[in-house]
Amino acid sequence: MTAAVEPAATAAPVGDALVSVEGLKIHFPIKRGLLVDRTVGHVYAVDGVDLRINRGETYGLVGESGCGKSTLGRGMLRLVEPTDGRVLFDGTDLVGLKGEELRRMRRRMQMVFQDPMSSLDPRQSVESLLVEGLRAHGLDKGREATGKRLRELLSAVGLPSTSLRKYPHEFSGGQRQRIGIARALAVEPDLIIADEPVSALDVSVQAQVVNLLEDLQDEFGLTYLVIAHDLAVVRHISDRVGVMYLGGLVEEATSDDLYAEPLHPYTRALLSAIPVPDPEVEDRRERILLTGDLPSPANPPKGCRFHTRCPWKQATRCDTERPELREVLPGHKVACHWAEDIRAGRIRPHEVEAVLVEEDGVSPDMPLVGPASVSEVLNP
Amino acid sequence: MTSLLKRKRARVDALAESAGTSLAADAVKRMLRSPVALLGAFLVLLFLVLAIVAPFIAPKDPYQRYPELLAELRPDFIPGAQPGFLLGGDELGRDFFSRLLVGAQQSLVVGVGATLIGLVLGMIIGGLAGAFGGWVDSWLMRFTDIMLSIPSLLLAISIAALASRGSQTTVIIAVAVTTVPIFARLLRGAMLAQRHSDHVLAATALGVRRRTVVFRHMLPNSLGPVIVQATLTLATAIIEAASLSFLGLGDPDPSRAEWGLMLGNSQRYIDVKPELAFYPAVAIIIVALGFTLLGESLREALDPKNRR
Amino acid sequence: MALLEVRDLRVVFQRRGTEPFTAVDGVSFDVDPGQTVGLVGESGCGKSVTSLAIMGLLPSRGNKVSGQVRFEGTDLLTLSDKDMRDRRGRDLGMVFQDPLSSLNPVIPIGLQVTEVLERHRGMSRKAAMVEAADLLGRVGIPDPQRRLSEYPHQLSGGMRQRALIAIALACRPRLLIADEPTTALDVTIQAQILALLKELVRDTGTALIMITHDLGVVAGLCDEVNVLYGGRVVEKAARYPLFADPRHPYTHGLLASIPRLDGARGEKLVPIKGSVADNIPWDHGCAFAPRCPNALPVCREVTPELEAGDVRSLRCHNPVLPGTPAAQEVPA
Repeated sequence: MTAAVEPAATAAPVGDALVSVEGLKIHFPIKRGLLVDRTVGHVYAVDGVDLRINRGETYGLVGESGCGKSTLGRGMLRLVEPTDGRVLFDGTDLVGLKGEELRRMRRRMQMVFQDPMSSLDPRQSVESLLVEGLRAHGLDKGREATGKRLRELLSAVGLPSTSLRKYPHEFSGGQRQRIGIARALAVEPDLIIADEPVSALDVSVQAQVVNLLEDLQDEFGLTYLVIAHDLAVVRHISDRVGVMYLGGLVEEATSDDLYAEPLHPYTRALLSAIPVPDPEVEDRRERILLTGDLPSPANPPKGCRFHTRCPWKQATRCDTERPELREVLPGHKVACHWAEDIRAGRIRPHEVEAVLVEEDGVSPDMPLVGPASVSEVLNP
Repeated sequence: MTSLLKRKRARVDALAESAGTSLAADAVKRMLRSPVALLGAFLVLLFLVLAIVAPFIAPKDPYQRYPELLAELRPDFIPGAQPGFLLGGDELGRDFFSRLLVGAQQSLVVGVGATLIGLVLGMIIGGLAGAFGGWVDSWLMRFTDIMLSIPSLLLAISIAALASRGSQTTVIIAVAVTTVPIFARLLRGAMLAQRHSDHVLAATALGVRRRTVVFRHMLPNSLGPVIVQATLTLATAIIEAASLSFLGLGDPDPSRAEWGLMLGNSQRYIDVKPELAFYPAVAIIIVALGFTLLGESLREALDPKNRR
Repeated sequence: MALLEVRDLRVVFQRRGTEPFTAVDGVSFDVDPGQTVGLVGESGCGKSVTSLAIMGLLPSRGNKVSGQVRFEGTDLLTLSDKDMRDRRGRDLGMVFQDPLSSLNPVIPIGLQVTEVLERHRGMSRKAAMVEAADLLGRVGIPDPQRRLSEYPHQLSGGMRQRALIAIALACRPRLLIADEPTTALDVTIQAQILALLKELVRDTGTALIMITHDLGVVAGLCDEVNVLYGGRVVEKAARYPLFADPRHPYTHGLLASIPRLDGARGEKLVPIKGSVADNIPWDHGCAFAPRCPNALPVCREVTPELEAGDVRSLRCHNPVLPGTPAAQEVPA
């Protein structure tokens, strides 16, 4: 579509990182207090993540709610402030950027949101939604050129050009998500972070959007980070997949490897839990049922974060030493002390006693807002 | 679930048309269909028109004491309706009907004045708190808490005391000050909710300037409840102004035609001529009702959940 | 005789100022004791409304429910409100999608369970407490004694759903209706809840109506599956033939459009074109016709009937031929 995207499309040698995240930490302070806010603890939403996304590839990030995957995505775009670590985008550390520099950088990395209704300003027509990005980056070059560009965008996402004068509420869910994608495409980004792009849509419409994302990637040479809880969707769309648990990556591999041979106990449980629309498979497969719930990200377990629920937990190391993400097979990284032993079958799964998890009502994906008044503090 | 399909169907129909319908246009359309809204709008409009044209259509001078009425005035008798004086006279021999008409203007000035001042100040405070958050928000909200904790009556008395004598301005300021925290907190809450909404995040991610994000996305989407509150506040402001006047905290000039003041002055003559209390009271109630109905139906029309 | 016989169930929404809308349009199915019957479809297909109509939970104002819902021979639709209240909880239990909003936030979990026990089984408070702890333990809530005194917000989503199931099971109902019970939960928790439901059906002989949009859930759980579209059953079969050989273009299309975890990678998904908004009314044609790759001119003129065959019932003029791998690519 444009010059800005082409380098990514043409010169994309394998292993050429567009984004690399190094030791990223995002901790949200938990504040209490009547007149003066006092920090009483932290939600460790993202707690030390390293990952790199190569040009032109699709990196899938999976995990259950509360694992910090959305926060990681937002932190990479500086939509939430990282506590520590670096995010190198095409060689520039985004964490160090300020004000105008950061704003200009945003043109190159865009986001597609889960809920296409809430992510589109209900008061703006499609035209002004799409023009906004162009205007913010000085790409709005005259009425004629802009009009042409908007029609191009709409046809790229499969919407009629008559949509321009309409408002978001006049579209169906799938169409709205197309508008959201067109808005992201408008500024000719290199990277698109799609946070649960299909989970709010009806099943029969999901495939339309998945296919659209794939087509656009081929056409414009985009790099994707797809964040989703649905491993089947992620596996379908991604080249490589990272699995997150409680703020950290526990496994990373190509989609095929991850499915063929999951090494981390959590990945195994996750894969075995996903229903497959085939009764024969369903009746045959063995489920690894995890006991208990996800521990609170405000008070994560010591050592391996998964040890409280892990059927392969060993008496040593698991509860004392946090495992590093290390390469066990070529291109296949896992954060488990006993990965090799589990793989070879030297360690067998055992029963796990469920540990009580107290709900503290703090979600890592939700930024905390201060109280409106004293009375609100007194009567929460 | 039902209306879901329906709505979708309606949406398809809408897609077939060439231009889209904005939320505001949609709200207006729904307002026009609601009988409650129409009644409210009618009452408010009637009041506005009366208030504007009152000085011209009033049959008599509302401040003049007419000899015809004075002649009959006794401590135990106030003249009733007679030719030229539709509702008779008041306790000082002035034309009651003309005073009622002109009273609409006074009530409008107080209501609109107080609400406007409250709205502007409230929106500045709430807007700043909502746009910046953090410590700006904390301090401004503590400030409004303090304002909220002072009863309007006490405030009016204090202001009147400070100004050495009550006046219409005192009333307007006293009522306005009590509405400031309401508007401030409402706008602040709505803006904070917008701040964390996906579409604001999307605009930020797009690289839209902060100022644009605030004025183009956060503010317009937060105004709905504030506008509704403003119409409701108009109603309460008129009542509050009337009650302050009634208590003698308003303009001490007895010749002024103001519904609250008229109500207040009439209490001594309640046995002699109850209409003197009745008509201003009914006028206040009708106007307040009009604004309340309008405000409530506006709230309903602006609520996206009610769209169909 | 089947435990529950739903015959020609029809729900019409008649709201002031709107056109009447038929949400459920002549749905019939049977449920035998110990059987799990699935109602599958996307939002707006009428699956949840069906369950609410069976439970008598649709407000009578603005809704017209007709047809029959025979539970052991008694038509539930003819019962008085009071009789129906007695039935709910005692004979019929229900589990909803959102466990937090289905539990009373200001009453401890224990009390919410004992309330049902006292009301329907006439137990004393003391006996009910013992039974409640037992129930919570049975649905897999750790340390049930302590949980009795806790409030819903203190439990995690999965635990809340378990508590809700415990309440639904408190009176040993013979029919349990689960309306998207795992949609709000994570997959690993979903697996726990589904295993629990399966175990309950096996151990207690309770019949289960499972309402879901997730074909994967259906594949592992349901004995018989009803696929709903636009308020009508379009295909009905036991799960094996249904998944092995989906004949209705909608069922077929749904299966082709979801990525399978165990499927080959790199294949394009075949979406169903359009959205539910494109539906045409059933009274002159097939609601799915505008989205259907197999549509014939007749599909827009004649309403297809649900025709019963040996292994399945099908409502289609031009069904997918057996053994067709995936729908042809259709231009969107």
